[in-house]
Amino acid sequence: MNSLYNFAVGPLAWAAFIILAVTAVWRLWSMYVLATQKDASSIAYMNWRFSLRSIFNWLIPYKSLGWKTNPMLTAVTFVFHVSFVVLVIFVTPHQILLENTFGVTYPTLSPQSAEVLTLIVIVCCCYFAYRRLTNVTVRYVTRSNDWISLGLVAAPFITALLGSWGLGGEIMPVLHVLTALALIVAIPFTRLSHILFALFTRAYIGSEFGGVRHCKDW
Amino acid sequence: MSIQDRKIEDEGLAYGVSKLTTDKIQKTFKALIDNETGAKLKAFSETCMRCGMCAEACHFFVSHDNDPSYSPVGKVSQTMTKLLAHNGKVTPEDVYGMAQIAYTECNLCRRCVHYCPIGIDVAYIMTTIRRFCHNLGVTPQYIQDTAHSHSATMNQMWVKDDEWIDSLFWQEDEAREEFPNLRIPMDKEGADFYYSVIAPEPKFRTQLIYQAAAIMNQAGCDWTMPSMPGWDNSDMCMYSGDFEMMGRLKRQHFELAQKLKVSRIVMGECGHAFRSIYDNGNRWLGYKDYPVPVVHSIEFFAELFEQGRIKLTGKIQEPVTIHDPCNIVRGYGLMDKLRYVAHQLCDNIVEMYPNREHNFCCSAGGGVINCGPPFKKVRVEGNRAKADQLKATGAKICIAPCHNCHGGLEDVIHHYDLGIELKFLGDLIYELMEKPE
Repeated sequence: MNSLYNFAVGPLAWAAFIILAVTAVWRLWSMYVLATQKDASSIAYMNWRFSLRSIFNWLIPYKSLGWKTNPMLTAVTFVFHVSFVVLVIFVTPHQILLENTFGVTYPTLSPQSAEVLTLIVIVCCCYFAYRRLTNVTVRYVTRSNDWISLGLVAAPFITALLGSWGLGGEIMPVLHVLTALALIVAIPFTRLSHILFALFTRAYIGSEFGGVRHCKDW
Repeated sequence: MSIQDRKIEDEGLAYGVSKLTTDKIQKTFKALIDNETGAKLKAFSETCMRCGMCAEACHFFVSHDNDPSYSPVGKVSQTMTKLLAHNGKVTPEDVYGMAQIAYTECNLCRRCVHYCPIGIDVAYIMTTIRRFCHNLGVTPQYIQDTAHSHSATMNQMWVKDDEWIDSLFWQEDEAREEFPNLRIPMDKEGADFYYSVIAPEPKFRTQLIYQAAAIMNQAGCDWTMPSMPGWDNSDMCMYSGDFEMMGRLKRQHFELAQKLKVSRIVMGECGHAFRSIYDNGNRWLGYKDYPVPVVHSIEFFAELFEQGRIKLTGKIQEPVTIHDPCNIVRGYGLMDKLRYVAHQLCDNIVEMYPNREHNFCCSAGGGVINCGPPFKKVRVEGNRAKADQLKATGAKICIAPCHNCHGGLEDVIHHYDLGIELKFLGDLIYELMEKPE
């Protein structure tokens, strides 16, 4: 089991990150090329100031009309994304892996806080699932790929939590790494590609609203 | 509910669909994706998280008791998502439903942009569906008739060249009784601006030309109205999906200004016509900026007041509310100028909420009212939200500086028995300005 774990955090992780890097760059580049070829009359209005203005205002909870109208979802969305990023970077085992590979050291979360944050992420995922089942609009437009994306995101956190509780024995850390790698590889090919594209779509619509429509887009 | 449960009989849609085969639909869709769409559609389609936050933005959704099939994402799901998932292999019956959604259940008002964290432009997606339907020849009969009129006459209402000129002479004649020195200068080369209107003005709102002439006359403007095609600034082809004609119309509108050697164009109180010059038609022609400066009537009236060129005899005392037309407010940011002009004219303005760029659409825009009587009930019942908004103000008068908004709001006011009078800014200026003894 130990050798499987070492393989997963070693060569397999390298493979996953390389696949992510290559496919993410390829997706972003091909989207950029497509935009210049086919959407010239839109990207002509791209503007740094309006892009950043839009991104900034949408990063403030309850600032936009959308955030205001959906208070619960807004809270869960912000908590989920912040916890996700904090955990990925500041959880001690991740830092150790980075230290072993690149010699990087930085302060990390205590095991207790990491556990609480993991639990929060899982609760957020449960809320997303609950909403997908109970909100009529969301249920109306939900397809299997929405569930796949949600499952891919939730799995590494569930396995991390179970592992920290000592459940599942040695298999759980391996499952954690494998599900996390699956998530990494899936980013450019699923709805999770919003990680790559959302900033650009936001920047684009921000530029349109700022430069063409002369009003705010939040 | 889905669109198949609320199909409305329309001769244009039925005829178009009768000519379709699954192969033709798929071929047309592939051509659309390959030749006419790009990263925008791809990114919007892939990154939409199906969170449903946009639902509350849409007056159709709100007014239909939160029926998800009327939500912006629900409409995308029944149209573009389905087409992309099946690579265009859908049935003619499916296309009928998609056309009904895109032409009659979305005003392209872009209110949902304010609700989407990712910034997805549903209006663009619905416009692309309309383009697809146009390419297939599946368009509602009434809006297609206006598009045919544009193609045949370069105006929306089958107004013949001599009828147009005659209408101007007629209004000049009428107005000279009240303003003895009034002229509607025709084809005056080198004037400060030419004034363009939409074809429904000569057709059935001719008094608006009278009023505009009266205002120009009293303000001492150096202006002209063209006798040649191009005078109509409207553009239903933009909404029917006939982008080739949209481009021709806009080029004609701009080139007429160049022909007349005027410094700029002043456009009447219309929303969609303005959208077609700053957003859609200009892009089709590859103009980032206008070849000739253009201002909307709101900007023009604000200018006249700032320069003290209009003297008023008084102001409206009754409570007045303001409807912000999507195409010039959420579309072009004229909300402050609109309020500046409205406050010049009225002492008691009662804002309706949400307002400014967050306003609810009139439900007539985006060519929906132009789809005609078969779809009237849908748009009127689809805008209970606006009726509630209007009622809450307690206003007796509503200012709406857009023709389509007038059409839509008139129906809403009548249907919900609101007893509110609708006014253009031009109506109020004409009513209140100093006139010769």
